[in-house]
Amino acid sequence: MAKSGGNGTPMLDELEKGPWPSFVTQIKEAAEIKEQAQDLLKLLERSYHEKIGHWKHGGIVGVLGYGGGVIGRYNDLQSEYPSIAHFHTLRVNMPSGWFYTSEALRTICDIWERHGSGLTNMHGSTGDIILLGTSTDELEPTFKELTDNDFDLGGSGSDLRTPSCCVGPARCEWACYDTLHITNDLTHHFQDELHRPAFPYKFKIKCAGCPNDCVASIARADMSIIGTWRDDIQIDQKEVTAAAKAGLDIQKDVCARCPTQCMDWDGKQLSIDNANCVKCMHCINAMPRALQPGKDRGATILLGAKAPIVEGALLSSVLVPFIKLEPPYDELKDLIERIWEFWGEHGKNRERVGELIQRVGLGNFLEAIEIEPVPQMIAHPRENPYVFYDEYFEEGDDESEDDQ
Amino acid sequence: MPVTTEAIADAMYAMVKEYQGKKKFKAGDLTKAMKQQFGEADADKAACKAAIRSLIDSGRCVYTYFGGSFIEIPHEEGAASGG
Repeated sequence: MAKSGGNGTPMLDELEKGPWPSFVTQIKEAAEIKEQAQDLLKLLERSYHEKIGHWKHGGIVGVLGYGGGVIGRYNDLQSEYPSIAHFHTLRVNMPSGWFYTSEALRTICDIWERHGSGLTNMHGSTGDIILLGTSTDELEPTFKELTDNDFDLGGSGSDLRTPSCCVGPARCEWACYDTLHITNDLTHHFQDELHRPAFPYKFKIKCAGCPNDCVASIARADMSIIGTWRDDIQIDQKEVTAAAKAGLDIQKDVCARCPTQCMDWDGKQLSIDNANCVKCMHCINAMPRALQPGKDRGATILLGAKAPIVEGALLSSVLVPFIKLEPPYDELKDLIERIWEFWGEHGKNRERVGELIQRVGLGNFLEAIEIEPVPQMIAHPRENPYVFYDEYFEEGDDESEDDQ
Repeated sequence: MPVTTEAIADAMYAMVKEYQGKKKFKAGDLTKAMKQQFGEADADKAACKAAIRSLIDSGRCVYTYFGGSFIEIPHEEGAASGG
């Protein structure tokens, strides 16, 4: 059996080489004070040699009243690695935008050193604070200490996963709505759905303040809420000229790279055909002093992204092209509940909402959630024929002829 | 007379208990079954939600995760002792 550190973990030691941070180095540091971290290193080294994983996840662990937030983990060599016989993970709901005080971080770390391995993952892919490794007996005491310090568990299993967002207006002038406020608001409003799994499978909401989509919501969230605007891009012509004088080749690096070629630069004046702008953000990213998103700001709601687990990966597609997002967000909450209602009624076990839409067809889905089809739902002309016009056929026409 | 939350919870518990070890139920499965048993008017979504909460908060049932979240009678898990 391998010993941690020195030559006891030769394969893990390879992962400490190079200029990058190493999780092995960090677990070794923890191993100086925590037996669990020592056993974790030994078991991982053994897995690398044997090419066999020794962990089972899931099961019935949790805290009273909640169905999410704890992921049970057990190893199958408990007599050899007793300190990590149970090594459950806790997901803790992070603050919107991941803003912490150092005091809050110390509080979490102190709680976790008292009740768990002391190992954390900041942050998991959904955004939660991940506390790695504790036993079943320590779950309730950990939960009590966390809630006493105003933290709560996040989502796991077939529930609403912890909503997350970009830093939004706290740090970014391009935010088209208050991502931090809406994320906090939705988290509080949907507490029941977050803690008590009642869905066919997981449901993720991510809020990005502008089309740069820094939280990659379009690829990672069942519901992507992406900031946008519906008036004209704001242009400061003096700053455009200054950018050109500073060496930026506006024609080559900005206009020519516009996906719809809706920009024109005559050497003195930049003009934009805003009706053809697809809000790609390239020009704004290239000339941040000269260009700004418009003033009539809101968001586009997209639905259906998922990673390839049961079926293949999907990107979100447009559901609502533009919505004003202002408290109390009733229109959005009502839409979310209509989606959940239909999904809960018709979704199969482990079927994400994007897969449900593919199975039943976007037309039927839209009808069920009472949303009118609009052209923005189509990716390209004559592709994704989600919208059919009954009036295209007149009485007496043989529709089958058009199918041939 | 309207169906009480406790009556719905009892019916859910009976269903979970009868199928324990044979079939796992999600919250949605139990809700659909209660709508069939008591009628949609009496066992609506809110009533079923309250019944599930009552089952979980009282400890009569627990949430489990086996590739999805289910509601089951509390039991000793084999993996907890290395099995």
